[in-house]
Amino acid sequence: MKLTIEQVEHIAGLARLALTEGEKEKFQRQLSSILEYVEKLGQVDTARVEPLYHSVAMENVLRPDEVKECGQETRRRLLGEFPDKEGDLLRVPAVFS
Amino acid sequence: MDPNLRSLVDVAAGLRRGDWSSTDVTRACLDAAKKNTPTTKAYVELMEETALKQAQAADARFAAKTPLSPLDGIPLGLKDNLLVAGTRATAGSGILKDYTAPYDASVIVKLKQAGAVFVGKTNMDEFAMGSSTESSFHGPTRNPRDPSRIPGGSSGGSAAAVAEGSCVAALGSDTGGSIRQPAAMCGVVGLKPTYGRVSRYGLMAMASSLDQIGPFGRTVQDAALLLKAIEGRDPLDSTSAELKPEQLLPATVSGSLQGLKIGLPKEYFVSGMEPGVEQAVRTAVGQLEKLGAEIREVSLPHTEHALAVYYILMPSEVSANLARFDGMRYGSRVTGGSLEETYRLSRGRGFGPEVRRRIMLGTYTLSSGYYDAYYLQALKVRRLIANDFAQAFADVDCLVTPTSPITAWNIGEKMDDPLSMYLADVFTVAVNVAGLPGISVPCGLSQGLPVGLQLIGRHFDERTLLRAADGYEKAVGGFENMLTKS
Repeated sequence: MKLTIEQVEHIAGLARLALTEGEKEKFQRQLSSILEYVEKLGQVDTARVEPLYHSVAMENVLRPDEVKECGQETRRRLLGEFPDKEGDLLRVPAVFS
Repeated sequence: MDPNLRSLVDVAAGLRRGDWSSTDVTRACLDAAKKNTPTTKAYVELMEETALKQAQAADARFAAKTPLSPLDGIPLGLKDNLLVAGTRATAGSGILKDYTAPYDASVIVKLKQAGAVFVGKTNMDEFAMGSSTESSFHGPTRNPRDPSRIPGGSSGGSAAAVAEGSCVAALGSDTGGSIRQPAAMCGVVGLKPTYGRVSRYGLMAMASSLDQIGPFGRTVQDAALLLKAIEGRDPLDSTSAELKPEQLLPATVSGSLQGLKIGLPKEYFVSGMEPGVEQAVRTAVGQLEKLGAEIREVSLPHTEHALAVYYILMPSEVSANLARFDGMRYGSRVTGGSLEETYRLSRGRGFGPEVRRRIMLGTYTLSSGYYDAYYLQALKVRRLIANDFAQAFADVDCLVTPTSPITAWNIGEKMDDPLSMYLADVFTVAVNVAGLPGISVPCGLSQGLPVGLQLIGRHFDERTLLRAADGYEKAVGGFENMLTKS
């Protein structure tokens, strides 16, 4: 599958990635060659094959829905990672503006 | 021999005899790391201060004759995608260059309880995406056995650190070969456990259905001891398994090939392999047979599709897992004119080219109209691959293959051609796709560079792999001996 520049731009938009013009062309070429390689899977007959999501079989794993405190030190570190904040509140750009 | 170059078992015995202290060994590792950093760059950050404190505490326990475990006082290297509370964790990415881990990964909690010493965080491909440790934001790691060459990847820093003696053993993570392949290329032992043996809590997620944390060591027994310390069910990782008593690792591995049925998958010995690699592997298979193993040729018919399955499933999972890096709650934020532009700039500038390539690949294969043709089809072929292994294991106890078709290549050689880099993973990815355990052990040299032998086992049957690998190691007189011969 050969991707067009428009498709590369569309994918980058879905993935929320900024690309430079030079990168668009490079990714167009590289992604096309990778897709061409993986497309050989289409030749495998899987008409009666169920998809395998988990390689090691497991039943639903459940636990009680309980609140556990993370501790002051962990809390302090988590807050310390905020790129922008107001007091202990995370500041983010407005979603509706 | 300096203690930092000895096996974990020897270092631990010397600590108990008083031949050296944990502080001695830790200092020797730190010195080796500093000395080698300009050449190999195995580490992105040394934890000198805390390491020496941990060593001192271990020495106090040895003085009181109350060591905590076989790992007490042992200096370890830790791949930089593992979280150690209060220590930087960058996963080799610019987007996390200033990120400090807020909590400990579950494996780190266990290692602290075992008394281990943490030398530092080892270099890796960005978010573990790569086969050469060249995509790291911090710059490449080089192979201690030949610094003009790559150490393999993505856990190249951990493999190089064990090989050069800047730690005694190390942890890495393996999504498609990232422990076994660098182990092979640096001439050390690397083990990818069965999916679910080790908790992934606190390991930065790459592809959640494939990722496992595992050990590097200089000997099979060393790798086994480190894995034993971190195995087992963890309530914080719902995919970690409750191990049955017979599935738990033994305290000592007693190597023997006697009576073992080992399968030789014919699809793994096709064209494209470096002649020296094939020769070393075939010689090793002959030795396994001499040591009492019964070698049977087996067939894994869907082998040729494993790499394509992997390079659809892995990027798909990557694109979902790395959506969390949006510049909002942690990591670097690059503010743009709108919210969307902020997302695009933070991610576009924070991630390197290989990470963006895989995110885009996964976004495409999961997108509307393409999901069935790529992702769903890959999941179906995944079942066929898993069935191949299950059928082979009805006849044999484990499988033997080369770890990598080639030895360590030159720095920069494959950087402009991602597909040629991906092809180097051809012998390791099927193991992750099927969730099986795999170990790579040194089996000689090809043109002076280490070659790895891979053993693949049934789910949760690491015991058999260790037994076979240890038997082989003892018969060849230890891997160090084998790799110094030319």
